[in-house]
Amino acid sequence: MLQIQSLTRRFGERTAVNEVSLSIPAGQMVGVIGRSGAGKSTLLRMLNRLTEPSSGRILHDGMDVTALKGQALRDWRTRCAMIFQQFNLVQRLDVLTNVLVGRLNHRPLISSLLGRFTAAERAMALEALDRFDLADQALQRADTLSGGQQQRVAIARALMQQPRVILADEPIASLDPRNAKVVMDALRDVNKRDGLTVLVNLHHLDTAREYCDRIVAMQAGRVMFDGTPAELTAEKVREIYGVDEAEFHEQAEEAVRPKHTVAA
Amino acid sequence: MSAAFHTDISPVVATGEAAFQAARQQRRLATLVAIAVLVPCLLLAGWVSEAWPSTIWAGLPRIGEYFWRILPSLSLDHLFGGTKTEGSLAFWFYRAPEWLWLLFETANMAALATLMGSAVSLVLAFPAARNLSPSPLIYQLTRRGLEALRTVPEIVYALIFVWAFGVGALAGILAIALHTAGANGKLFAEAIENTDLGAWDGVRSAGGSWALACRYAILPQVLPNLISYFLLRFEVNIRSASVVGFVGAGGIGAELYQVISFNYYEEISAIILLIILAVASIDLLSERLRHAIIGRLGGPA
Ligand SMILES: Nc1ncnc2c1ncn2[C@@H]1O[C@H](COP(=O)(O)OP(=O)(O)OP(=O)(O)O)[C@@H](O)[C@H]1O
Ligand SMILES: [Mg+2]
Repeated sequence: MLQIQSLTRRFGERTAVNEVSLSIPAGQMVGVIGRSGAGKSTLLRMLNRLTEPSSGRILHDGMDVTALKGQALRDWRTRCAMIFQQFNLVQRLDVLTNVLVGRLNHRPLISSLLGRFTAAERAMALEALDRFDLADQALQRADTLSGGQQQRVAIARALMQQPRVILADEPIASLDPRNAKVVMDALRDVNKRDGLTVLVNLHHLDTAREYCDRIVAMQAGRVMFDGTPAELTAEKVREIYGVDEAEFHEQAEEAVRPKHTVAA
Repeated sequence: MSAAFHTDISPVVATGEAAFQAARQQRRLATLVAIAVLVPCLLLAGWVSEAWPSTIWAGLPRIGEYFWRILPSLSLDHLFGGTKTEGSLAFWFYRAPEWLWLLFETANMAALATLMGSAVSLVLAFPAARNLSPSPLIYQLTRRGLEALRTVPEIVYALIFVWAFGVGALAGILAIALHTAGANGKLFAEAIENTDLGAWDGVRSAGGSWALACRYAILPQVLPNLISYFLLRFEVNIRSASVVGFVGAGGIGAELYQVISFNYYEEISAIILLIILAVASIDLLSERLRHAIIGRLGGPA
C-alpha cells in the first residue's frame, strides 16, 4: 500500500505538485494523465526521492519514505524502480551491464566499483533480458538499440532491482505506436504476472484507458479526477480540461515531441 | 536604416527591433569600456615590468647571436667520420649514449608523473564537478584545492622535494605529478560537467550510491575525453620533465643546465635537438594511440 499525503513541491514561485493525496493498494496499475507541466514527472520523481518534496509525506506499508536517508534511501529506491521517457541507460555500456546496474545496491561496493559481477548475477540479467526477447543483444552497446528495445532494457534493469513498485514516466512518449504497444504490454505483464504496483505517466487517454485499472488526472499540480477508466468519460475530460479529447491529445503530444527525438 | 522600413511594420517587429538596437548599443558601449580599461592596464604592466620596446629591440640581435654560437661546426667532408673527427655528426653527438639514457629517464618520469597525477585528478574531478558535487562546500573545497595544486609551478615543487628527498628523479616525479593533478583535475571536472545526466538519474533511481553512479553513469561517457587529456598532459610533462632537472630533480635537465652554464655551445644544440626529436616522436605516437583507443571505444575522435 502506497500512501501519498498532501505531497507538495515548489520550484521558486511555481507549485509543481500541490497537496496531492492518493492511496494506492499493492498490485494496482495506475495511469497518471495531464497536460505538459501538470506535475506528473515531479510527482513520480518525488516518490523515488529523485526530487525532494517541499512538504507532505509518502508512506509505503507504513514506512515513512520521506524521512529516509543514506542506505535506507537507496534501499527504498531499489524497491521502487523508475523508468524514464528517455530510457536513461548508460549509452556507452553494453546492454548486459546496463541491466546489472539494477543490482548495484545489492552488492559489495568494491567489487561493484571494479565491475566484477558474478555468474549468478549475469544469469539473472540474461533471464530478465530474455523475458523481453533481448538476450541476443546482451553484448551490444545500448546506443545501438532502437528506442523500444532500450525501453525494454530499462524495464529489465528495473526488474533486477526486485522492486515492489514501478514508476514509469512517459515510457512510450518517444516511441512509435508499435514499440509503444510492446513496452506497455511489458509493463502490464510485470503488473499482472509479478504483481507489482505500477504508476505510469501517460499523455494519451486511450492508452491509459486500455492498460490501467485506475486513472488519476492532474491539472496545474492538483488531482482533478481519480477513478476507473469507465468513469473518465468524454464529458469528464471536457469538464476538467475545458477542451475535448482530440484537442487534449494534440496539446499533450505537442508538449512531448520537441524535447527529444529518438532515432529508429 | 529605419527609413527603409515600410510604414506598416507590425508592433512585434517594431519592439523586437528596438530591443535589438538597444542590446547592440549596450554591447558596443561595453566593448569601448573594456578597451578603455585594457589599454592603460597593458601599458602600465609593460612599464612596471620594464618591457621597454627599446630593450626588446636591442636584445633581439643577441638572441640571434646565441643561436649562431650553438650551431655545430659541421664540415661536409668529414660529416660521417668517427667521434674523434672534428666536423662530423658523431663528434657533435659524442655523448649520445649518455644523453639517450637521460632522455629515457626523462620520459619515464613524465609517464609515471602523468599516471600518478591523473589518478588523483580522477578521484577529485567528480566532487569538483558542479552538477554532481555532493554539496557546494565540497565543490568549493575540491575546486580551490585543484587550483592551488596547479598554480604552483613544477619547478617550485621540484625545489621543495629536492630539499626533502634529495637530488634525483623521485623529486621530479612528485613535482610534476602534483601539478598534473591540479591541471587535469580541472579539465576532467569540466568534461564531467558537460555530460548528460540521464544515465545518472537512471543509476541513482536504481539505488546506486553516489560513487557507483560516478563509476557507471558518468565514467563510461567521459572516458574518451579523459584519455585525450591524459595523453596531452603526457606530452606537456615530457617538456616539464626536461626542465625540473635544472634544480636537481632528475632527467636530462641537469645535463642541459650544466652545458648551458659552462657555455658548451655545441652540446647545447645537440641536447636540445634530441629533446625536440623525442617530444616530436612522442607527439606522433600519442596521437596514434589516442585515435586507436578512442576508435575502439567508439567515441568522438
Ligand atoms: N527542476 C525544475 N526547476 C524548476 N521548475 C521545474 C523543475 N522541474 C519541473 N519544474 C516545473 O514544474 C512544473 C511541473 O513539471 P513536470 O515536469 O512535473 O510536468 P509534467 O506534467 O511531467 O509535464 P510533461 O508532460 O511536459 O513532462 C512545470 O511548470 C515545470 O516548469
Ligand atoms: Mg514529464
